[in-house]
Amino acid sequence: MVFNSLLVCEECDMLLREKPLDPGSMVICPRCGHVLHRYQPEGLQRSLVFSLTAAVLFVISNAFPIVGLTSQGLESSTSLLGMVDSLFHDDMPLVAILVFATTFLMPALVIGALIYMLLPLRLGFLAPNVAAIFRIMHLSKPWAMIEVFMLGLIITISKLNALATVLPEIALWSFVCLMFALTAAAANFDPRTFWDQVEKLQ
Amino acid sequence: MTDHVLTGTAAHVVGCDGCGLAHHALSDQHDMCCLRCGLPLHFRKPDSLNRTWALLIASYVLIIPANLLPVMKSSTLAGTEDDTIMGGVIYLWESGSEVLGAILFIASIVIPLSKLFALTYLLISVRRRSTWQPKTRTQIYRVLEAVGRWSMIDVYVASMLTALVQFGNLMSINVGAGAIAFGAVVVLTMIAAECFDPRLIWDAANQTQATTDSPKENHAV
Repeated sequence: MVFNSLLVCEECDMLLREKPLDPGSMVICPRCGHVLHRYQPEGLQRSLVFSLTAAVLFVISNAFPIVGLTSQGLESSTSLLGMVDSLFHDDMPLVAILVFATTFLMPALVIGALIYMLLPLRLGFLAPNVAAIFRIMHLSKPWAMIEVFMLGLIITISKLNALATVLPEIALWSFVCLMFALTAAAANFDPRTFWDQVEKLQ
Repeated sequence: MTDHVLTGTAAHVVGCDGCGLAHHALSDQHDMCCLRCGLPLHFRKPDSLNRTWALLIASYVLIIPANLLPVMKSSTLAGTEDDTIMGGVIYLWESGSEVLGAILFIASIVIPLSKLFALTYLLISVRRRSTWQPKTRTQIYRVLEAVGRWSMIDVYVASMLTALVQFGNLMSINVGAGAIAFGAVVVLTMIAAECFDPRLIWDAANQTQATTDSPKENHAV
């Protein structure tokens, strides 16, 4: 048995009755202050637009080198996957897997899952196995760390500046945009609004 | 707290952590799944305190090699140099990037340590059935869950430098064993925070509320 009019706070277990909301407002638990739900009727559309943007930027970010450096005739540059590859060759498979999972695999799963769930919904039909894809997104979201990687890049560049001339390449700029697009896509996706729309179609 | 708060557990209602759908269930039921999205349903995260303790103790052990072993090894014609996490912070600070040095210090030293201490405190307070400021303690949990990921910065810096600086004998940088331990600390504390159930903080508060409420109810009857 399910209750469509009840909400349970995930952080303090308080039982709440769902009330009709104005667009843009949110349900905050009166006891612990946890944000349970943000009602954004346009949120899913915005999330879809940002996910599609993120998908294009993701391809660009991984197809080109991120930074290059030159120093006294020596040159080198690397892409994200090139970095994973050199970690593997350096006998650091654990670090390589960690970097690969947090900056490539998990962000790719989140972007792919958002598009898979939202694009058919926008076109008015339901994709098969939406529930499984939703679970994948829910579980991979905390492990996508593009924004942390960007801060790491800034520190790397400033460390290298002392040794060599650092040349920012295309993927660096597209990574910055990817970071914003992915954050916006995830922030605009409200699970409750999504499932309400799915149930309307069923 | 004067208002009587009805909890999901008391009303036999459990909400899905993923999609939020509320289900009717009995508190001793196991292996339930959300009827809408299929994620496992539970009133309290399974075996929360033991799992969190186990992961936390492993992190306490690993944070020692993470700070003592080099995260980065740089070799030049002049010789090799090992850099620990603190060494990298000092290098940035001395080379004039005080802001970045401070960011790295907060992300790699302050955040992991305060996360370990805060989780330890939350676990002990739940075990002792503390009723002190449940809202503040939930906020502590929320913050430590949100900031944990930023500790990964140092792993990325070492990885990126390894990929870029490979000029044979002239100069090369390699990831050191400390990076494995450090990465493990970040991952384990993230899973530990995920295993901890903040609803346990409120259970003690609810119980004292129930005992102080019951005489009044008897009186009314």
